[in-house]
Amino acid sequence: MSLLELTGIGRDVRLPDGSLLPVLAGVDLSVEPGEHVSIVGRSGSGKSTLLNVLGLLDSPTAGTYLLDGQPTDSLGGRRRSRLRGETFGFVFQQFNLLPRRTAEENVAAPLLYARGREFLTRNRAARAMLDRVGLGPRALSVPEKLSGGEQQRVAIARALVRGPRVVLADEPTGALDVETGAAVMALLAEVTAENGAALVTITHDLSVAALAGRRFRLDHGRLTPVAAGGALAAATSDRTDA
Amino acid sequence: MTGLLGTLSEAWGEVRVHKARVLLSLVGVFLAVLAMTTVTALGQMAAQVQQEQGEASGGRTATIGVSAYDPMTGSVPRDEWDAGVQALVSRYGLPEEAVATLAYENGLYRFPGGTQAVETRRVSPSYGPLHRIQPVEGRWLRSGDRQSLSPALVVNRDFLGLLGAADLSGHPTVVIGGPQPVLATIVGVVAWNEGYPSAYRIDSSAGDATASAGGVGFWSPPSLELWVPSDQADAVVAAVQTDLARLLPGAEVQANRQDPENLEDTIAKLRLAVRAAGLVVLFLGGLGVLNIGLVTVRQRIREIGVRRSFGATSARVFSAVVLESVVATALAGLAAVALSVAIVRNLPLERWLAGGVPLVDAPGFPVSAAVEGLLAATAVGALAGLVPALIAVRVKVIDAIRF
Repeated sequence: MSLLELTGIGRDVRLPDGSLLPVLAGVDLSVEPGEHVSIVGRSGSGKSTLLNVLGLLDSPTAGTYLLDGQPTDSLGGRRRSRLRGETFGFVFQQFNLLPRRTAEENVAAPLLYARGREFLTRNRAARAMLDRVGLGPRALSVPEKLSGGEQQRVAIARALVRGPRVVLADEPTGALDVETGAAVMALLAEVTAENGAALVTITHDLSVAALAGRRFRLDHGRLTPVAAGGALAAATSDRTDA
Repeated sequence: MTGLLGTLSEAWGEVRVHKARVLLSLVGVFLAVLAMTTVTALGQMAAQVQQEQGEASGGRTATIGVSAYDPMTGSVPRDEWDAGVQALVSRYGLPEEAVATLAYENGLYRFPGGTQAVETRRVSPSYGPLHRIQPVEGRWLRSGDRQSLSPALVVNRDFLGLLGAADLSGHPTVVIGGPQPVLATIVGVVAWNEGYPSAYRIDSSAGDATASAGGVGFWSPPSLELWVPSDQADAVVAAVQTDLARLLPGAEVQANRQDPENLEDTIAKLRLAVRAAGLVVLFLGGLGVLNIGLVTVRQRIREIGVRRSFGATSARVFSAVVLESVVATALAGLAAVALSVAIVRNLPLERWLAGGVPLVDAPGFPVSAAVEGLLAATAVGALAGLVPALIAVRVKVIDAIRF
């Protein structure tokens, strides 16, 4: 049984004129525990929508999505939120750190929604995770005082602090220069693997996509696997299309 | 439990991070709670002043004043009056502390600067507690003073000043003049600032035979005061009028309630008006909190989306935004109550309100005002937080993250 299993997933959005625009259509995808999957696609291809569906931030309008073999379409709002917090860690392109909170407070923030011991020891866990991403000495710095690379490392620590089973990274290197992006991505892959979490990355960056064990291309809402060595072609196609 | 702690922690974190915004939004609430609690405390103090001043002249609730006069001769003979009063007291078994007598006279007192007539109230010892008179120095009159050859006096500061004494440390005495002078002893000083000398004199003493001759004369026939339960006042008035009229044939007997019985209603209306004004101010303060809450919740949409990605439920987002408002206004309320207590405790308000006369029973800071202030601030915070919280809950997570 796969950790995440999507079958025939579709997602339509209603346009201002009332018509429906299919963003995702017939997406089939399974993700195993600890696996690293990357998805490439041009802007507007539905990558972020797919990531939102995977992370229970959005609901598909067609198909079935099984999480640990359990259908997600029948989940109530409360259970859905809880499951999201317990299962997924998010890394956003724009970092989305909470302004004016220290790095430690940012990393501890997801644990505010945990229970029991996990909640009570949140600051210690945050500090340990910051140490792991090499930002222990900057634990008391606010995001405004951190570089882009440092901010994304804080975001990675934050995504992993609750021990998620899946990390969903949406263009994690999109706001960073090439060198910093590579370092951050290497760190993300390494720390995620250490924690035994699956990593699903959406990216334009060929080298980032190449780090994944399985690679997919999303085009006009349709997901197709990319054979080893095919990532370059997919990326090239993306840039040409864009 | 940890869920509640987490919500509180989140709310406190927001307040802490947005100090400037929170402070700005709370000015109105702070001032409103400060005004409400301070004015309530002052109202209580003013009520006490009113009550003590009212009781000083009219007696405690309920005091029945009884007097009699003869339409032919003017006053009722003293012995007949005394006998009538004694019979009345015996018939109803009235305790000594519930019965007071009062007669006005002009006493001729020999001061160092010359003899002067001074308004003097000849009273029984029970008159003092009934009128809440508490000397600021020395003591009030007591039953034992009736055995003394030297009549006991309680005087005001103007009287003492005419004697050239600053206080009672020198055990001052004064001669009550007339054909047969008597030496009176001043046993207490009251703080009345009447602007002229006045004195309370024990109703009778062993030296009265001579002393009464020294008086210029009674202004009015002696009167009786009865301290009775408020709900029995009307019945007592009727009974006393009937009985005393029978005991004093030919005399016109008047009995009526003389304590300020409408005072409580007046004070209650005053408090109500003050509270209404406070509520209006609080409402305006709440609007300020609501306004700034609405603006900032829109600025924080991305943050709310990020928190939803952490697993925050709608209920959690709702309660965190409401609690943020509540925590902030409750703190503002706490600060306002603290300042109010400091103001009321440290400024000599009771002296200002009572014209320099200290209160016999100065009320402490009313706990009810403090509690009401805190509750009002908290309620305003909850109400003002509702609308921003509803907006926060309706935010679409995806839109919020992309915002």
